[in-house]
Amino acid sequence: MLGYLTLLLVCQLIGESLAVVLAIPLPGPLIGMAVLFVIVFAADALGARGVVDGTTEAADALLRHLSLLFVPAGVGVVLHLALIREEWLSITLALIGSAVLTTLVTGWVMQRLGPAEPPAGGLDRSRD
Amino acid sequence: MGEPLFDLWIYLSTTPLLGLTVTLAAYIGADALYRRTGRHPAANPVLWAVLLLCGLLWITGTDYGTYFEGAQFIHFLLGPATVALAVPLYAAVKRAARSLPAAIVAVLCGAVTASGSAVGIAWLLGAGEATLLSLAPKSVTTPIAMGVSDRIGGLPSLTAVLVILTGILGAVIGPPLLSAVGIKGWMARGLAVGVTGHGIATARALGVHPVAGAFSSLAMGLNGVATAVLIPLVLTLLTG
Repeated sequence: MLGYLTLLLVCQLIGESLAVVLAIPLPGPLIGMAVLFVIVFAADALGARGVVDGTTEAADALLRHLSLLFVPAGVGVVLHLALIREEWLSITLALIGSAVLTTLVTGWVMQRLGPAEPPAGGLDRSRD
Repeated sequence: MGEPLFDLWIYLSTTPLLGLTVTLAAYIGADALYRRTGRHPAANPVLWAVLLLCGLLWITGTDYGTYFEGAQFIHFLLGPATVALAVPLYAAVKRAARSLPAAIVAVLCGAVTASGSAVGIAWLLGAGEATLLSLAPKSVTTPIAMGVSDRIGGLPSLTAVLVILTGILGAVIGPPLLSAVGIKGWMARGLAVGVTGHGIATARALGVHPVAGAFSSLAMGLNGVATAVLIPLVLTLLTG
């Protein structure tokens, strides 16, 4: 477990370093996520079950309470109350309009391009 | 407040212990409320924990910097947690392998729509640059959205709140909207709510149908990568 938690940190370290050294405009942890994705993919392809399971266990431990990790930064919204008071209407309309459009566009494209699906309905849990 | 009590407050308010403890306590309380409501999206624990803590800071006259000295220990874990998202993403990609090309195209269209329409609408209504940059990554899962916002000069904490509100919106209006326009397949429905409402909608989709849940997780992961790559790219092109 400790080893795989370290692996996550090493991936992040690689990501942050690459972002700085190569001046990639991506968040370092996201590059780290790509690195870990390749590692898990390779381990799975090579049949290294132990690595896949160990990584999954460490990731689950961190992701189980993922929501908690947003709280400290979220509280930082107190620093921007003046901005929100001034622009709340445009922010609200942008959020609602964008949510409606995004849902429709994604659903329509997938319905056109994806494999034919039986319509949703009933509680058919056997097709997972 | 008595003299010894005041001294205790002076002492505690300067140690990181207090910020860390109240953050955990507020979250545990908000999470209990969330479970009690049958995990209703509007009872989102992050939203209510944040509101509770904002109220506490206001009542006690504590500034954010002092609070963050303690809360930073929790905040630090966002980095490794973002890396850890590779694991559920890989599982989702593997499960959806057969429909992956269609899903990637649909998510790309959704990613462009999500950022483009949010920024476009806010711009038309006269929002300032900080708001526009903070809005751009709002459909992506919080750790990635905050990273992108920070990178492009937005306000990560404002983005965090916008992301949560978007997730709640996506989870609440997504399913009835899709039914109204006749989008009935579980793959398309899962993908649509996942692109719009990231983790919050995915949690909801997982409770409705396993296929919807799997495609919602897939959409959340792919959208995170697509948006993180596209937004800085578009901004670079626009600003030269």
